[in-house]
Amino acid sequence: MVLSLPRLQRIGTLSDRLASILIKGSAFVAILALILIFIFIGREALPVLTSPEVHKEVDLAKLFLPQASRPGAAAEFTWQPISEIPKYSLAPLFAGTLKVTIIAVLIAIPLAVAAAIYTSEFAPPWAREAIKPCIEILAGIPSVVVGFFCLMVIAGWLHSAFGWTYRLNALTAGVGLSLAVIPIVYTVSEDAFSSVPQSFREGSIAMGASSWQTASRVVLPAAMPGVLAACILGFGRAIGETMIVLMASGNAAVLSWSPVDSIRTFSATIASELGELVQGSPHYHVLFFLGAFLFVLTFVINLIGRWWVGRLQKRLQGAS
Amino acid sequence: MRHTRTRSILPAAFAVIFVGCGGGSETGVQHKSITIKGSNTMVILAQSWAETFMRENPGIAVQVSGEGTGTGIAALINGGTDICEASRPMKDVEKDQVRSRHGKDVKEISVALDGIAICVHQSSPIQSLTEAQLKAIFTGRITNWRDVGGKDEKIVAYSRDNSSGTYMFFKEHVLSNEDFAREIQALPGTGAIVNAVSKDPASIGYSGIGYASGIRVVPVRRDEKSDAVAPSLETVRSGQYPLSRDLFFYTTGEPAGDVKAFIDWVLGPEGQKICETVGFYPIVKK
Repeated sequence: MVLSLPRLQRIGTLSDRLASILIKGSAFVAILALILIFIFIGREALPVLTSPEVHKEVDLAKLFLPQASRPGAAAEFTWQPISEIPKYSLAPLFAGTLKVTIIAVLIAIPLAVAAAIYTSEFAPPWAREAIKPCIEILAGIPSVVVGFFCLMVIAGWLHSAFGWTYRLNALTAGVGLSLAVIPIVYTVSEDAFSSVPQSFREGSIAMGASSWQTASRVVLPAAMPGVLAACILGFGRAIGETMIVLMASGNAAVLSWSPVDSIRTFSATIASELGELVQGSPHYHVLFFLGAFLFVLTFVINLIGRWWVGRLQKRLQGAS
Repeated sequence: MRHTRTRSILPAAFAVIFVGCGGGSETGVQHKSITIKGSNTMVILAQSWAETFMRENPGIAVQVSGEGTGTGIAALINGGTDICEASRPMKDVEKDQVRSRHGKDVKEISVALDGIAICVHQSSPIQSLTEAQLKAIFTGRITNWRDVGGKDEKIVAYSRDNSSGTYMFFKEHVLSNEDFAREIQALPGTGAIVNAVSKDPASIGYSGIGYASGIRVVPVRRDEKSDAVAPSLETVRSGQYPLSRDLFFYTTGEPAGDVKAFIDWVLGPEGQKICETVGFYPIVKK
């Protein structure tokens, strides 16, 4: 039987519609999952704000303001939830999280962006073929393995080279963490460089610019929004990473400026303390509050980053 | 994207491990079963007992879970378990609660001994430490090895994370429930502590006795006048070594039936032999 043209078209639109519903559905599943996670975390964190039961042990003032460890002692920021007087100050954890994240990002971004420029602009094809998959494989190494490597090997090297008091500290963890951040920043910014139109480079070379001048003054500015997006992704990965910091940072909730003191991060605190808790205890709710805090923090950073990238893109398009 | 995938695999892997630990001994058809709940420190020990016992007595299932001594005691009070395993003696208040709920006294049975080793780097000149010195080091009142007879060097002290039973034992027995100093580093496992101590000449840490290799175990003195005692089978069993504790089973009233059979087996030669294979010590017969 020969199908008439309109009938064929109808079948076509039907399957098209089905496919589009399926694809739309799967896209919304991601949003749904995000919302459900947010609701769950929010619900478990909420008692910190509302429950009088929890307020006997901890409230917002105790989370954010210094607290005396025993009657008569000076008020200070302490995270010490298992104690006669439980102390839940977020300040040392926040400082620790920020410290290790900034160190990791400061190490990873210059390295990764430079590597991306090299592979997309200068490297001969064989070098690009070798370097790119290698860095991408780095992203596939489970973070627990990176953490273990950091604990056993990197910590030893750095400790014997610099002789710091604490073998496990923010800098050691930051170096380990940068191993997890580099592949992300590299991959995304390499894509950004490759998607700069070839005509830009040709034009620049035709004007008599050297290839270094072309890379630094033409390709880099044109790819800037992508590179920035890479940096934000890297920052988000670093701030939430758990296993590496749990293993290599020493997990002492010390509030200081020194990058070679031990630190304790939000994520590592949740991972190490949640396992043994009585559900519904104040400590349990505080850990969820930490989770919500971390979630909001990365969300805001992503939002600001996105806005910035968008602005930069608009300006570049306006200029060209 | 690849990185998001690796990130989500880890928690999933953990979940599998936790679930695997929790409900391992469910076997369905068997009618008789004994539940044991409580101490996390003892969960490996109780699990080994249960496995061997079940192999020899196929008609009885033994289910073990280790959410913590407190949880186990709560379950005993609520009637949710046959045996409560505990790494600390039950308080009188808790015993009274069981009596008023069930009209029976709690039966306390010591089933194994455990000791905590204090370890330092191989090259450390420290020969012994008193309990008071240990307390001062871990609460942050002493921060330099010079003050306890060592080199002029800052002390780097390692501890377990606060969900650990060993952490609680150390906090209760050595620190008399005071807080650990903020500078004390919390590592996610006894193995990690031993490893860290083995690589850092200025460090000190604590671990179960079974773990102590690659480091030097420091003998402990009760006070300045008493002799330094190293942990060993003899000193832990005689009670000479200060950092040792009994591990208990608690039942509501005298154990009977299968529960009694299981406890008798645990206290017998075979059960006590298992203590040693998993790093604990057999009890002292009175």
